[in-house]
Amino acid sequence: MSTDTLDLQACPRIRKLFKLQWEPVQDAWVLLYPEGMVKLNQSAGAILSRLDGSTPIADLVAKLEAEFSTTGLQDDVLDFLAHAKGQGWVQL
Amino acid sequence: MSVASIPQPGLNAPPGPPLWLLAEVTYQCPLHCVFCYNPVDFAKSGPELGTEDWLRVLREARAAGSVQCGFSGGEPLVREDLEVLVAEAHRLGFYTNLLTSGVGLTPARAAALKAAGLDHVQLSFQDSSKELNDFLSKTKTFDLKRRTAELIKSHDWPMVLNCVIHRLNIDYIDKIIELAVELGAEYLELANSQYYSWAQLNRDNLLPSREQLQRAERVTQAAREKYGDRLRILFVVPDYYENRPKKCMNGWGNIFLTVTPDGTALPCHTAKMIKHLEFPNVRDMAVQDIWYRSESFNHYRGDHWMKEPCRTCPEKEKDLGGCRCQALMLTGDAANTDPVCGKSPQHALVTAAVDYAQVPDSARSTVQPLVFRDPKTSRSLSV
Repeated sequence: MSTDTLDLQACPRIRKLFKLQWEPVQDAWVLLYPEGMVKLNQSAGAILSRLDGSTPIADLVAKLEAEFSTTGLQDDVLDFLAHAKGQGWVQL
Repeated sequence: MSVASIPQPGLNAPPGPPLWLLAEVTYQCPLHCVFCYNPVDFAKSGPELGTEDWLRVLREARAAGSVQCGFSGGEPLVREDLEVLVAEAHRLGFYTNLLTSGVGLTPARAAALKAAGLDHVQLSFQDSSKELNDFLSKTKTFDLKRRTAELIKSHDWPMVLNCVIHRLNIDYIDKIIELAVELGAEYLELANSQYYSWAQLNRDNLLPSREQLQRAERVTQAAREKYGDRLRILFVVPDYYENRPKKCMNGWGNIFLTVTPDGTALPCHTAKMIKHLEFPNVRDMAVQDIWYRSESFNHYRGDHWMKEPCRTCPEKEKDLGGCRCQALMLTGDAANTDPVCGKSPQHALVTAAVDYAQVPDSARSTVQPLVFRDPKTSRSLSV
């Protein structure tokens, strides 16, 4: 998947059509939309739940790396955001 | 509901939560559609649940893990407490869907539903033309539906247009798509009629020919390419034209929970026709117990109930033998293979109907009049 089109200074947000919420019964973040649901895996949930429309991708990566005490997440985050954009979940 | 990302457990694994709650709050409806999926004998249904009962059902279902709540019917706007129910569903964290004919969605009620937190409206049309829409629903509702669509957009709700497709309107599918674009819908569901209930009574009048169907699929594909993300179009093929059955409701008691107006809990909205099962009522049993412990919800889970050819079929996990209601309606036994399946010994029942659909109306020796869904007809057809 091509990720070079995503600008690290862009501030992604969840598209208005979707509602993100934590579901204790499923132990997962889910995206809800008209008559549908996407159950997110742990990393997808971690990324989407931190989108606020004002945080640049570069800061988001730094935040995730700090919280999960790791480094080198940038490519994974970019890959996922490109996928999420393709699915229509986020806008950039 | 799309369940693309939900992992599918093994065939005999314990069921997950009832993710989808369909609250059929009333059978009353100002429309009289010839393809309605409400039971033919809806008129003999018991008294409707009251507001308090519905509020309790919402709370119990949410606690059991339901996330999507569809308010349906009949026409849910007939109920004056709809705003109260939507507000509670929203407060509980449901994604709330209103499935409506549009009749009764006045500007005042739309504003109240917006304030209650309603997330989405699915508006049904019967056709793109006033004449056919009004004929198929036996009402004069077309102009009202157009105004309702504008009202929905003015409240900034995502809008799904739903049009049930069949022999009488399938040739105008291009016009239906244009109407959806014009009205600003986000999604268009071109749902070929499935042959249950009233649609089953009218099947010979409604089942399209193969040529009609193929043309409609071509038109739909061209429209998808033309409009792209602007309008997402879902085209549901009539299963009579398939050679393998649909995985009905994504599995019996797997995701869907329907609560009917009188409180009967069902694994799908037509399952009440399976008379040998005693379906629980939410007045007597909590949603959690209904879902996990009632005999009827467990009855067709897993594969222990399957007969041949399903029992030893390598595809049984894929389609779970199709639809129990369709097996019952066409073969007399809900545990038989859905006769849509080419492996069903009774598949000829389906091919005969499909063959008859190829006969032009003008060449048919007898043409049954359409049966419209109304309480009087329902009473006369109740046994």
